Amino acid sequence: MDFFVILGPVVLLFIVLGFVTYAIFFERKVIGWIQNRVGPNQVGPWGLLQTVADVLKLLIKEDVIPQKADVSLFKLAPIIAYTPAFAVLAVIPFTESLKFADIAVGLLYYMAVSSITTIGILLGGWASNNKYALLGGMRSAAQMISYEIPLVLSVVGVAMSAGSLNLTEIVKAQQTGVWFVLPQFLGFIVFLIAAIAELSRTPFDLPEAESELVAGYHTEYSGFRFAFFMLAEYTYIFAMASLITLLFFGGWSAPFGLTFIPPLIWFIFKFLFFVFFLFWLRATMPRIRVDQLMEFAWKVLLPLAILNIFLTALFKEIPVLSQFY
Amino acid sequence: MLRTEEMLLNVGPQHPSTHGVLRLVVKIDGEIIQDAEPVIGYLHRGTEKLAEDLNYTQIIPYTDRMDYLSAMTNNYAICHATETLMELEIPERAEFLRVIVMELNRVASHLVWLGTYLLDIGAMSPFLYCFRDREQILNLFNELCGARLTYNYMRVGGVKWDAPPGWLDKVKEFVKYMRNQMPEYHGLISGNEIFIQRTRGIGIVTQEMAISYGLSGANLRCTGVKWDLRKNQPYSIYDRFDFDVPVGKTGDLYDKYHCRMQEIIESLKIVEQAVEGFPEGGSTMAKVPRVLRVPEGEVYVGIESPRGELGCHIVSKGKDKPWRLKFRRPSFYNLQILPALLKGQNIANLVAILGGIDIVLGEVDC
Repeated sequence: MDFFVILGPVVLLFIVLGFVTYAIFFERKVIGWIQNRVGPNQVGPWGLLQTVADVLKLLIKEDVIPQKADVSLFKLAPIIAYTPAFAVLAVIPFTESLKFADIAVGLLYYMAVSSITTIGILLGGWASNNKYALLGGMRSAAQMISYEIPLVLSVVGVAMSAGSLNLTEIVKAQQTGVWFVLPQFLGFIVFLIAAIAELSRTPFDLPEAESELVAGYHTEYSGFRFAFFMLAEYTYIFAMASLITLLFFGGWSAPFGLTFIPPLIWFIFKFLFFVFFLFWLRATMPRIRVDQLMEFAWKVLLPLAILNIFLTALFKEIPVLSQFY
Repeated sequence: MLRTEEMLLNVGPQHPSTHGVLRLVVKIDGEIIQDAEPVIGYLHRGTEKLAEDLNYTQIIPYTDRMDYLSAMTNNYAICHATETLMELEIPERAEFLRVIVMELNRVASHLVWLGTYLLDIGAMSPFLYCFRDREQILNLFNELCGARLTYNYMRVGGVKWDAPPGWLDKVKEFVKYMRNQMPEYHGLISGNEIFIQRTRGIGIVTQEMAISYGLSGANLRCTGVKWDLRKNQPYSIYDRFDFDVPVGKTGDLYDKYHCRMQEIIESLKIVEQAVEGFPEGGSTMAKVPRVLRVPEGEVYVGIESPRGELGCHIVSKGKDKPWRLKFRRPSFYNLQILPALLKGQNIANLVAILGGIDIVLGEVDC
């Protein structure tokens, strides 16, 4: 047991790093395919080592810190951004047995810890002493705080249906009935949109809107500190795709009684679909404008999330309706 | 009320969305633009001054580098002005070739605008689709004159190269291909809710404003003014072709987009008619003396470039070099409205409005 406790997270870290490496490769291939290009194909067989080469390049780069930057904060920011991204993975159960921390309020833990990253991004933008970085950091803080509210509220419906905040319990609740994507469809849509905004991916990639803000909050970052911001971003993709799978698509449970395929494989299938979905969006969507983004969060998503809670409560508590539920 | 402070933001000249080396000094309050001042001149090469020491044929390659997305129309402007002053008769075949390449160049130029505009707004894929289609036009030009960007194709009195065998068929094929591509673009862009939200009602230019600022091209037509030099002051053989001048209603960015998209269709129409009526045989060069001595006098010609009215003003003292040469570059004139349009806008609209004007810095700075 002790062995597992110590070595488990290390193994997970390597899995996450492997995922990030190949998620970037996969993203470039998918987008290349959508855009009539080839994508990386030179380094290693089929270009498989492209990201490895990129990371190596970032590692051996000179560590540049702008002269007028706030040095200690500048160094701290990527760490604050990355640590919670990895920490949230602790509560994600990949199968019934393969999990690290089985705490009762897993969902709450995820939501709470993941919002710490915003501080890292804001710090990075502030400490860089660059106007573009500052604007990017401010946008990012505003966006993440705004979208966290509908994100949290949209999963309240799931928690009410499952009667638990523990992610394993939520999956188990789906194994007896239907996956929550059906009864909680409204919640799912709100969650999906808010999740994409939380991840700062197209069409909500305003914090690093290249055409407006050069590179947003990480304009001044280079080398390995930059790599850490990127790592945080892709680790969140890993975490968020896992969370969607767990909350709305039954986690590792097999659909249509196809139980001969192991649960872990099912989990990976569902999870990869969402990863692909995010990349697909990136290749097809323009970027939304910052004020429209805020309006959308507060005027559309938030009321919808509250409506979803209300409807869930109604269906659950009124005896006549709950038999259909 | 919180006390807020204005911030001075320097955008460019090395910024991904200033389309070259435009610099904007923007005063912002939060993300709202209070004041914007374009700073130009980073690409100034003194073409007009240099031209005073060059003979007329030598000036032509310099014009390629002004509006480098549409070098054919620039070539035509200087040739047309010189020919007008010399009262030259241009062979039929040369006129047809000129019209075909100018209209194809207009399509290519609008495709680059479309791609980079969408890139500014944050959509990546249309950029690559546009360049894929533009590539076909560049290949056609490459076959015709051996260059992909700076063509140096036209001469005073005609064109340098005749169409190689089979070239016109390829042009015809391209017109068909491009027509089939248009629904794809509309399907991808025109109906996209985010695109509409980002462009409709943004950067509105009224008719009075457009005229008082001297706007031309799609920037003027999107406000509803039906003004196209190919129709209003026909030059070359444009009066023989049947085409429409697309106009907008409101003068916002969405109308600009639709104007340019329809202009592509109209240009294809002209190309198709020109290929149909292409004269058999005949020369591609008028009889011109080896050394062009342009008679003393002054001339101004205006032609419709993809960006608006491209004018060329020559003052000749009867020598083989112009005494003074002046280009009216549409990008330069259209850019002047930018500070007025940016005031009070969100900084995210900055790139959308700037992109909508469609400037080419080589032409702004000349």
